[in-house]
Amino acid sequence: MRRGPVAFVLRLAFIALLLCAWEWAVGYFKTPAYIVPAPSGIAYAMYNGIASNLYVSHIGATISETLLGFVFGCALAFMLGTVVALSRTVEYYLYPIIIMFQAMPKVALVPLILVWFGLGLTSKVISAALVAFFPLMVNTIVGLRSADEDRINLMRSLSASRWQIFRMLQLPNAMPYIFAGLEIAMIFALIGAIVAELISSERGLGMLMQSMSFTMDVAGQFSILFILSILGLILNGVVTLVRRRVLFWDTSRDADANEANATKGEVL
Amino acid sequence: MDARVTQGAVSGRGGQTVRDIISVRQLSLRYGRGESGVLALSDISFSVGDGEFIAVVGPSGCGKSTLLKILAGLLPQTAGAANLKGSPIQGPRRDIGVVFQSPVLFPWRTVLGNVMLPADVQRLDKDEMRKRALDLIKLVGLSGFEERYPRELSGGMQQRVGIVRALMHDPAILLMDEPFGALDAMTRESMNVELQRIWMERRKTVLFITHSTAEAVYLADRVIVMTARPGKIGDEFEVDLPRPRRLDVMNTEAFGAYVKRVRAALNPGGGGLD
Repeated sequence: MRRGPVAFVLRLAFIALLLCAWEWAVGYFKTPAYIVPAPSGIAYAMYNGIASNLYVSHIGATISETLLGFVFGCALAFMLGTVVALSRTVEYYLYPIIIMFQAMPKVALVPLILVWFGLGLTSKVISAALVAFFPLMVNTIVGLRSADEDRINLMRSLSASRWQIFRMLQLPNAMPYIFAGLEIAMIFALIGAIVAELISSERGLGMLMQSMSFTMDVAGQFSILFILSILGLILNGVVTLVRRRVLFWDTSRDADANEANATKGEVL
Repeated sequence: MDARVTQGAVSGRGGQTVRDIISVRQLSLRYGRGESGVLALSDISFSVGDGEFIAVVGPSGCGKSTLLKILAGLLPQTAGAANLKGSPIQGPRRDIGVVFQSPVLFPWRTVLGNVMLPADVQRLDKDEMRKRALDLIKLVGLSGFEERYPRELSGGMQQRVGIVRALMHDPAILLMDEPFGALDAMTRESMNVELQRIWMERRKTVLFITHSTAEAVYLADRVIVMTARPGKIGDEFEVDLPRPRRLDVMNTEAFGAYVKRVRAALNPGGGGLD
């Protein structure tokens, strides 16, 4: 398919058309705002939320929970993934536990985390970390094990130590997998943080949505959904940006990024 | 290393006068055990003199790559002995350089970085090795490409990087496993000319694995012909053609006779239609 500036304008026009149709339908069917608000109502709610400074601190809370959870979850996932990838013994003993956790919907653990760690920041960070953990750990394991046999033989023929093979070959070779894992982990951390906030929290966009749901402020909820979507895009974009810088040599992913995402981030 | 250039006589290396740098005796290798096991190499014996260029030619599946892996210390044999400079091979050694079928470059390293890999692994002096790397890159005509990445190079250029990388730590022995197998015929011929030039300049002992009869005869001082299932030596002979050999040596009668001899060893029954 050819994509010129005309197509881009058409794409924007299409979105505008959808919004107009939505606006019109809500007016025509006289749908109450507490069921489906009109786009204009959502925009108004958004303006109010931002102008009154209500959203800002909640956005900040959600971002810090997500980022802290991402950092802790990914650091642990990378370390454990590395140990599992390099040691068959560790893998043998940890494998059943990993499989168990992997099959479990991680968000189902969030109520327990809230009981153990309270309603504050800690429980949100832990839940974000927990959800972010698995995609990166799995990708780290797969990536570190994916080193080509010829390349390993080359390193061995140079009398490289195990550590050198890891540092000079396996680790850089695993980076495309690790970054695919990081991109997923970033979005997953946001999910973990929001779910914890929805269940029980003092701050954050999830908590805000929950309280709006009690007051039937559906337009407000839509505006938060929109903010969350933008937030997810930005967080994911930051990881992608870093990946492009670090993985300048990896041409495989720019061409079929989605395909690689699908295969490399198999565990949701 | 350049001392060695003048040491061995350039063209007349009689097999008896130089000591054997590689010596293989009744070597066998069996993959798997018992009934289901496959005998990949059977009763292989040969030796290679210092500075000699040996080509091992044979069909795919004759175990020639396996032989190279054993000599590189990447795979232990199941019977017999393989010695390098008089001591048994017990693992990878630093006096060996290996060139693989594919260039095996690291895409995250530049050309210079890839050539420097042996120096990094073996913690050799950075500045000195850098100079050496630049010299070697120049030797194969890749000056100006030092800071390029492998994906920016053609297949032939990549393989040249693979070859000079194997020369970096100045190994006495170069093991080459069908290094030009993936190249097109024309690039392959010019790489053969270039390899001969590098060899005459640097004087390594080379064991060159190939499935091309012409390539083997063109490059080698001595050709070892291997036959398949199980892999064993079918014939072994010296190639007495003056060096440097030009590509048109391939049109000579003498060259044709050598090629014929290889073919006869590969197909004892005459081979094919008759």
